[in-house]
Amino acid sequence: MSNRLINWFRFSSPQTFYPLAGRMIPWFWTLAAVFGIAGLSIGFLVAPTDAQQGEGYRIIFLHVPASWMSMFIYLVMAFWSAVGLGFNTRLSGMMASALAPTGALFTFLSLWTGALWGKPMWGTWWVWDARLTSELILLFLYVGFIALKAAIDDPRRADKAGAILALVGVVNIPIIYFSVKWWNTLHQGASVNLTRAPSMAALMLWGMLLCALACWMYSIAVALMRVRTIMLERERHTDWVRQLVEGGEADDALA
Amino acid sequence: MLGVVQAIIGRDLRLAMRRQTDLAAMLFFFIIVVSLFPLGVGPEPEQLRRLAPGVLWVAALLATMLSLPRLFADDHRDGTLEQLTLAPEPLGLIVLGKVIAHWLVAGLPLVVLSPVLGVQFDLEVDALSILTLSLLVGTPALSGIGAIGAALTLGVRGGGVLLSLLVLPLYIPILIFGAGAVDATLTGLGPEAHLSLLGAIALGGVFFAPWAAAAALRIALE
Repeated sequence: MSNRLINWFRFSSPQTFYPLAGRMIPWFWTLAAVFGIAGLSIGFLVAPTDAQQGEGYRIIFLHVPASWMSMFIYLVMAFWSAVGLGFNTRLSGMMASALAPTGALFTFLSLWTGALWGKPMWGTWWVWDARLTSELILLFLYVGFIALKAAIDDPRRADKAGAILALVGVVNIPIIYFSVKWWNTLHQGASVNLTRAPSMAALMLWGMLLCALACWMYSIAVALMRVRTIMLERERHTDWVRQLVEGGEADDALA
Repeated sequence: MLGVVQAIIGRDLRLAMRRQTDLAAMLFFFIIVVSLFPLGVGPEPEQLRRLAPGVLWVAALLATMLSLPRLFADDHRDGTLEQLTLAPEPLGLIVLGKVIAHWLVAGLPLVVLSPVLGVQFDLEVDALSILTLSLLVGTPALSGIGAIGAALTLGVRGGGVLLSLLVLPLYIPILIFGAGAVDATLTGLGPEAHLSLLGAIALGGVFFAPWAAAAALRIALE
């Protein structure tokens, strides 16, 4: 048991995590490409045309994964923030900062594709529906998080302050998810439901799930790349970074 | 335990009363913002009546937000805040006292002013009373949640703008339910559901937010 604990914490140090992240990044990029190609080809070539929405529904293969990721990344960010506050680990704060831009990107994508979908289906780019509004608030929360971290010069204080903000903001996530049930408005109910059979064709569901997996892999790969950069920047005064930089090829030095 | 809360409330109120111009400036900001809207959208009573709840609530959010930086900044500057964190009482309770004092100074006057401003918007008596009630129930949450933002941005450069970025998104549910309560009265639906949700947010905000703000203060003072 104690052995396993040590193994868990081994990679919580930037020095050991840096080469591990470097080795993992190509794998996640490959997986992202494979899932992305599979999901999009099912979505655009194999999946049948929707009876009510025609070809326009196909934006679902980007819209729904982007919306899932936007909420999920915030949860992951809050998780790392909680770990950072609880265990006082340096890497957690770096992970949270690395995830924030990707989460903001997916939130923006979700709003953008939602507008593109809403125009032909509802006849309007934007409605002040609860779910759309909560997604917009989520974007504001991401922006606030990034702005707060950027405004504080001391990285340790920035990490902790950001962590508190992320944990406060996480209250927003359930509001987003349950808003569909709380307020009955124009927005359609959730397409995927765990308690009953999915209300969409199996092929569409597979395409969507594959696209969601592709987004996951992309997010992990990009977050790892970003966290590696943050690590180098913050740990530039340490010996291992100096050795790494002087040794030339970053990946071989500690692999 | 509650002695420290009372002591902090008394102290902050006394300090606020010695600087009444700050308070007056905030209240006039509220009045000016509310008065700008009829000038911007036209004086038709029908339109103003529909805009009134949203306008008054948004103005209340902005006025509260403007008064937030002073919640901790003065105590931070003269070192009082550091002494308060060293006190044996939990810092959360001290922050709770400051939140209550902030509400008494910045929130309650808005509540008292709102019926007068509502009359400018041609609101009926029942809508006016619900507007006042919704502000009475909702403004404590503004002070509570705002304390977190004020603590996080303490001593940070560009703090004022940053504070609005952090706090305003968190205020949105309060705005929705607060203005929604008045809207529901105007349309004849009844404001009870909105007021209950607003009350729940206010209770949660006032009781939990001080602890988060206390944690943020400790980080800021490290």
